[in-house]
Formats: sequence, C-alpha cells, structure tokens
Amino acid sequence: MSKIGKISSFQSLGTVDGPGIRSVVFMQGCPLRCICCHNPETLGFDGGEAISVNELFKKIIRFKVYYGKTGGVTFSGGEPLMQPDFLIEICKKLKAAGIHIALDTSGCILNDKIKKLLSLIDLVLLDVKYYDNESYKKNAGMSLDKAIEFLSYLNEQNIDTYIRRVIIPGFTDNEMSIEHINSLKEKYPCIKKVELLPFHNLCIEKYENMGLEFKLKDTPTPTSEKMEYLNSLLK
Amino acid sequence: MDFKAWEGFQSASWTETINVRSFIRHNYTPYTDDASFLCGPTERTKILNSKFQELLKEERARGGVLDIDTETVSSICGYKPGYLDKENEIIVGLQTDAPLKRGVNPFGGIRMARSACKAYGYELSQKIEDHFKYKTTHNDGVFSIYTDEMKAVRHCALLTGLPDAYGRGRIIGDYRRVALYGVDVLIKQKIADKKALADSVMDEKTIHALQDLSKQIIALERLKEMAASYGYDISKPATNAREAFQWLYFGYLAANKEQNGAAMSLGRTSTFLDIYIERDIKRGILDEEGAQELFDQLVLKLRMARHLRTPEYNDLFGGDPMWITESIGGTGLDNRTLVTKSSYRVLNTLRTLGPAPEPNLTVLWSQRLPDNFKKFCAEISIETDAIQYENDHVMRVDYGDDYAIACCVSAMKVGKQMQFFGARTNLAKLLLLTLNGGVDNMFGTKVGPQMPVMDDYILDYKKVMDRFDVYLKWLCKLYVNTMNCIHYMHDKYAYEKIQMALHDTEVERLMAFGVAGFSVIVDSLSAIKYAKVKPILNNEGLIVDFETEGDFPKFGNDDNRVDNIATDLLHKVSEELKKTPTYRNAKHTLSVLTITSNVVYGKKTGSTPDGRKAGEPFAPGANPMHNRETNGALASLNSVSKLNYSDARDGISNTFSIVPDALGKTKEERIDNLASILNGYFLNGAHHLNVNVMNRELLMKAYENPEEYPNLTIRVSGYAVHFCKLSKEQQREVISRTFHEAV
Repeated sequence: MSKIGKISSFQSLGTVDGPGIRSVVFMQGCPLRCICCHNPETLGFDGGEAISVNELFKKIIRFKVYYGKTGGVTFSGGEPLMQPDFLIEICKKLKAAGIHIALDTSGCILNDKIKKLLSLIDLVLLDVKYYDNESYKKNAGMSLDKAIEFLSYLNEQNIDTYIRRVIIPGFTDNEMSIEHINSLKEKYPCIKKVELLPFHNLCIEKYENMGLEFKLKDTPTPTSEKMEYLNSLLK
Repeated sequence: MDFKAWEGFQSASWTETINVRSFIRHNYTPYTDDASFLCGPTERTKILNSKFQELLKEERARGGVLDIDTETVSSICGYKPGYLDKENEIIVGLQTDAPLKRGVNPFGGIRMARSACKAYGYELSQKIEDHFKYKTTHNDGVFSIYTDEMKAVRHCALLTGLPDAYGRGRIIGDYRRVALYGVDVLIKQKIADKKALADSVMDEKTIHALQDLSKQIIALERLKEMAASYGYDISKPATNAREAFQWLYFGYLAANKEQNGAAMSLGRTSTFLDIYIERDIKRGILDEEGAQELFDQLVLKLRMARHLRTPEYNDLFGGDPMWITESIGGTGLDNRTLVTKSSYRVLNTLRTLGPAPEPNLTVLWSQRLPDNFKKFCAEISIETDAIQYENDHVMRVDYGDDYAIACCVSAMKVGKQMQFFGARTNLAKLLLLTLNGGVDNMFGTKVGPQMPVMDDYILDYKKVMDRFDVYLKWLCKLYVNTMNCIHYMHDKYAYEKIQMALHDTEVERLMAFGVAGFSVIVDSLSAIKYAKVKPILNNEGLIVDFETEGDFPKFGNDDNRVDNIATDLLHKVSEELKKTPTYRNAKHTLSVLTITSNVVYGKKTGSTPDGRKAGEPFAPGANPMHNRETNGALASLNSVSKLNYSDARDGISNTFSIVPDALGKTKEERIDNLASILNGYFLNGAHHLNVNVMNRELLMKAYENPEEYPNLTIRVSGYAVHFCKLSKEQQREVISRTFHEAV
C-alpha cells in the first residue's frame, strides 16, 4: 500500500517556483497564519484531496518530458513539511526517476524525519519572511530563529537554497530588510539565489469566497521602481 | 540539362529531371549558430514598408477593402503591371494594377463575387455579369448535382464551410521550379508527359489527364507573358538570388491571380533560396544586408496579397486570411538540419517589417533542430505571437523531407501531392442529431436515419454510443459523397491550371475531411458516461437542453478516462470515412481544425451535455474547452498530444495562450522555458501548436479601442490574424479562452 497524502492542487506548469519548467504540488495544510498568504485554501488540514504516492508519481512522471535539463517538481503548499512521510516516499520515487526536486517551505520544523526528507531534496526555496522575531511572531506565527536554524542546517548539508522574501509595503520594503538578506547570504554559502517577490492582493477574491478576512486587502503592490531599487541593494 | 545559370551548383539527379529536393540536398548549407549575423531593413525597405502601412490604414478606414476592380475577371495576364513604389521595389508584381486593389474571381460562383462587391459598396460590372450568364461556374456545377440530403446537411450546418462557392485552395504549386529551371523546361516536360499518353486507351482517366495537361501548358505560357509585362524573361533559370526570388514570386503571383483559393500557401522556400544567396555572397555580389532585403521585399509582397470575400465567408475564416504558409526548418532524411541562415532571415522579417499575420510562418520542429534556432524561434514567438509550430518528426514519416504545410496544418509533398479541401463536419451537432433521432433541434431539419427521440430519464452511455455509430456511419458516407461532387466540379470549372502545372503530372491526391466541436462532443460523452445527464424536452418532444448532475472528467487534464474517449472517437471517424471511395482515388485524411468557425458552429448548435449552452462557441481546433483545464497548461498539452496523428494526417490544431509571467521571470528564462514546452509537447507526438504569449488585459484594451492596436497580431486556429480584423464575437471568444497563468 502506498502512503496517502493530501494535496490542495496540482499545477502541471510552473515557472516561478524554482528553475526551468516545473510541476508544482500544493500540499494541504499549514501551521502558520501569514497575513500575506496568497493561498488561503491550502491552510486547513481538513480540506484537500487524498492521493497515494503511486497516483501522484504517475501524474508527475507524465510531465518529465517537459522538464529538460533544469526543470522538475516543486512541493509547495500549505506547508509540505507537515507531511514528511508521504513526501519521503514520493521523493524517493522521483529521485529514482531522475527528476529534480524542489521544496518550497517556511522551514518551520526541523527533526529527524525532516532531515531524512531534506537528504532527497535538490533545492530548497526558503521563505525568510521578516528580519526580526517580533514581526515573524505577529504576522506569521513563527520565529525568525526557527527559519535560521533551518537555513543553517541546509548550509551544513550543502543543500542548494534560494531565499525568498515577499516585499510587503510597510513591512519588508525597506533597506533593513535587504541588509538582513545580504547578511544571510554572506554567512550561508548554500544560498545560491535571492528572490524578492512583490506582494499582490490578487488573492482577495479567494478570501472573500471563503468568508475570510484578508488583512492586507488595502495594501498596494510595491511599485516596479521600488522593486528595482531593492533588487539593486542585493549583494 | 545544363545551364550557365547553374554554375557553382553541384549537379545530381536534379539536372536530369525536375527534382527540387535533389537540388536542395546537394547544395544547401546547414546553419547551427545563433542569430547575431542578422541585419536590419534597408532604407528602400523602410520606405516601402511605410507606404504599405499607409495603405493599410486607408484599407481599414474603408471598412476592410481598399478598392475593387469590378471590370476585370482576375487571370494571370488580366491586369497591367502594378507597383507600390517602383523605384524602391526590388521584387515586383501585384495581383491587380494597384496595391491592395482586389480582383474579382467569379469562377467559383458568380453570386459570391456579386455579393462580395456589394458588401463593400461596389457593383460587379455588367460586362462580367453578361459574360458569366453563358458560363457555368463551379458553384453552378455543384448545385446541379447536389442531392436533397446534401443540401439539407449543408443547410443545418452539419457540414459547413464546404468549398462549393469559392476556390478550394490548399494547393501549393512548387514555385521553386520556376526559379531553378525556368518556365521553358517546365513546358517541355508537360509536353513530353502529354505525348506519353498518346498511345493509352482514351478512357475517362486519360482524357482527364490530357485536358489537365493542355490547360497547364497554356498557364505556363501565360506565366511567362505576365513576367514579361514586368520586363522579365523567366523562360530560363534564375541566374542570381534576386532573380530566384523574383522568378519564384512570379510563380506564386500567377497562382494568386488565377485562383481565389481559401488558402494560398507558399511552400518551403527559404532554404531553397538560401542556396542562391550563399552563391551570390561567395561571388561577392551580395552581402547580409542585401540578403535580408530580398526576404523583406518578398514578404512585403506577400503581405499585400488579397482576395475578395463575402461577410459570411469572414465569419468562418475571420481576419481576411490568405494562409500564405511558409514552412521553415525541419530535418532532412539524412538527419542534417534543414535550418539555414535564411530560416533566420525569413523569421527576422517579423522584426524588420514588424509583426503581421502573413506570411503564415510555420516552424517544423523536432528534437533535432539546432538549439540556437529553437531559442531564436521562442524569442520571436514571445515578441510577436506570429509563429506556429508543427511536429517535423511525425510528419517526416509520411511526407519525407520536402513537404510543406498548406493552410494551417495540412502537410503535403511539394509538387508531388495536392489536396481536395473538405472543410469540416460538426461532431457536437451530430451527437445532438443522434439523441433527437434525426431531427436538428436548431433548424428543425430532418436528416439521417429517423428514430424516436432518446428521452430516457438518464442517458445511458452504451445506448448513446450504439446509436451514435449509426449516425456517424450515415454522415461519413454522405460527407465523402458530397466532397466527391464538389471536387469533380471544381476540377471541371475552376481547375488550378498554374498551380497544377507546378506539380508532377503524376500527382498524388489527398482528400482532407475535418471535424469541429471536438472537445465539446468528447466532454459531452464523458458527462454521459461518468455523470448523470438528464435530457430536457421542449413541447414538440425534442431534446433542447440537459441537466447534468455530478462531476465528470474533462478533456485537457491529462485524464485517460476522458482522453481515451477522444482518441477512440477520432480513430472511429477516420476509419469510417475511409469506407467510401473518393473522387480520383484520393487518399482520405482528416483534420481537427476549425479556423475561426468555432464561433459560428457554436452559434448554430444547441445546448450540449457537457454544460455548454445553445449558441455558445466551441473551443477552436482540438483545444480543450475554455477554462475546464484545472491541472495547468502542460496537462492540457498532454491531453491533446494523445490524439494520434495517424488518425488525423491532415493535422491536429492546438492554440496555446500563456501570460508572459507564467513563462518565467526574465527574458532568458521565458525563452528557455518556451523551448522546453515545445520540446516536451512534440516529443509526446503532438502535431501542432500556435503560441501566444500575452496578457488578457492587452486584448481587452484592443477590444475596446481597436484603432490603437491595428497591428496587434495573435495566433488563432492554425493561422495568425490582426486581432482588430476579427468580428467582435470572435474577439470575445478569443478573450474568453484559457490563458495559462503563473501559479
């Protein structure tokens, strides 16, 4: 019997979560409650669609032909770390099939199981959301220390990492925010790339349909000039 | 044969017999490097292009037609020479005596010509009216033999777009022969072919062949005459690149003057022409700028080609298309790439002259194409939305390495095969006819086997399929018979003299059938199979709608439960058609292609079990229905790629629209990713892909303010159009399609 996981959705074509052409599996359930979350439908642990390792593998392998030399699969969410057993199984199979695997995570948990999972992962897209513990706690329900602990483990294991930060006006769109990332980059050579993602409120409809409040509904998207400026500060 | 014009070329069998393929194989220079050698337009080209743009503006201002010559019947030598700007034109020749002025071609049908003139505020001259009083047109011929049943299925739009009132098109003359051999060699060959028939039994087949040949010989003489009126003697082979372009273009121009075929494709010319360019460069009489200028000026001429159409025709084939399809690239049977520098140059015209729908640039893609070229194509696609891609790997098997695409997706060996174009049948409508026992619920027409309405409380899949098979059998026989009538009469009254003169005398004929509403019937059958479909009857006891309860798998999600319905259905249609013999023993082929007729077809089709309401558009070609793809773009591509080319050798069209952000963050990423998508899709054995990389918002703006976006080009089913030339309804349909977005 192959293990059962819960996914929120499957997108055969993704090009923004890791290099090349990628299929993205959105895992269901997340312990965090980030104010800027743009996938509210993936948060609850009750929802989603049950799928076995074999079924998901069969689904993914159909797209291998498009991945080329650089692409592959990205597990996103929700928080994929919440389903380590399922992921370990599917990643073993994917690895055996020669498929590049990326993990899009907040880094909120690190235990033996997660370490075992990480040994199968080619690239981690680590969301380092804020530059201080206080904002982290208030706006995400997690600590910066946890994310850094995760990052230093990735560094230890020499696992390629992209650091991602959503640039939210009034929260992370300042120079300190970028300096913080620069200091991480200096300290952890596993960081191969930094991606600043402009905040969007396009998910507002999803929140409304779910009867939830989107706290940042009035927050604008950072201007392209602003994004350009912040990007120019990156080392 | 030996000509001074051939100096520097390596001789092979092409010097013994007419064989352009042999000439190319032995003389072309494959190119695998990047695009950095390319040049921009010359001053002359810029001046010409700006004059052309002015004329386009005026054409738009006059409602889409600049001018009509209502006094002359279009023919190879019917018009005095015309010029756009004689001083700056290095390639000359216009369809009539003035740029964008349209000729009248009543051979397909005088009514069509008359009403097309009227639609734009002109009146067909009395002279032409009188002349055609005593002349049978193709249209007259067809309608004199159509059976009641043929008229009925045509009336209720079960068979639509049939070429029974206009030129059938989709015939590609091997225009390269004019340049390589000169016209005299071609005439000599045709005379010899005619002589060879002298001792045959004079049965219908031989007589037919003899008459064809005599018409072809006359047409070749006319071709020389027309070129002479522009000051060129094309009886002998072209001696340099400029002449090669000019000779080839004269051949094409003659075809366009003689025929108003729906699709007037160019063939596969760029690698052929490259051989002349390379020779001239070696001789020091041409440089890169000059080489680009030749392509620019040829393409400008092609962009000026026009035929006069009625508004009803435009409903089916929106945007005034000509389908001047040029097939680019591909791989030789010896596995050498057929990409040359000129493959780049012809694509580069989208930059030097700006994006435009014509010529219909078609890249023959396979894994083997040089990486640099793949990236260049992807880059131009992202920039212009003007390229389509077809799978060289699957087509080579049937058509060798010197085939070209006619129209959108119809492959044929250049100069060796021709096609009898057969429009398409509406499969979604056929399903409704099946359920209603032979009554069309939109027109009230009674056609086909008469049976009771299937008014079961819930439709049973097996029962529906059993009955559908009966109706499919009936329709396929009728469809082949109808085509036989049409093409017999087309040959008789509107024979393509010059185009067929540029074919081998022993030509292989293909008869191309087509289906529309493909994803609608597939999803409808899936609904009947996997959900509960309850028919809703009107007062007369006809099914006019459905209540569908529960979910069902939909085409476009890489789900075999429904994708197998699709592949089985296509196979079944293909096999069923083959059971009825064809006119002139043509080979049956089939396409899944709609052009823009998916809108009109939808309009004429009642509600379907998949949840589509009466009158709503179908998806174009083999596309999954809009916004039913929930697993993303690649899943959608996978579903379409399952359709077997062996069941649809006339092509399987798929139009792919994606927003730039969904292709990647940087330009380089987008180029690489698009190339990866194309690679994967074609490795899966898929046949065709139109690529649009654009935001829906842009189309919305163009919909609201068309005058601000006159040159906005997009790919629709198998060709490209100026978005603003589509009807508002067609524009809305394009906007409502799935645009694959970033996740």
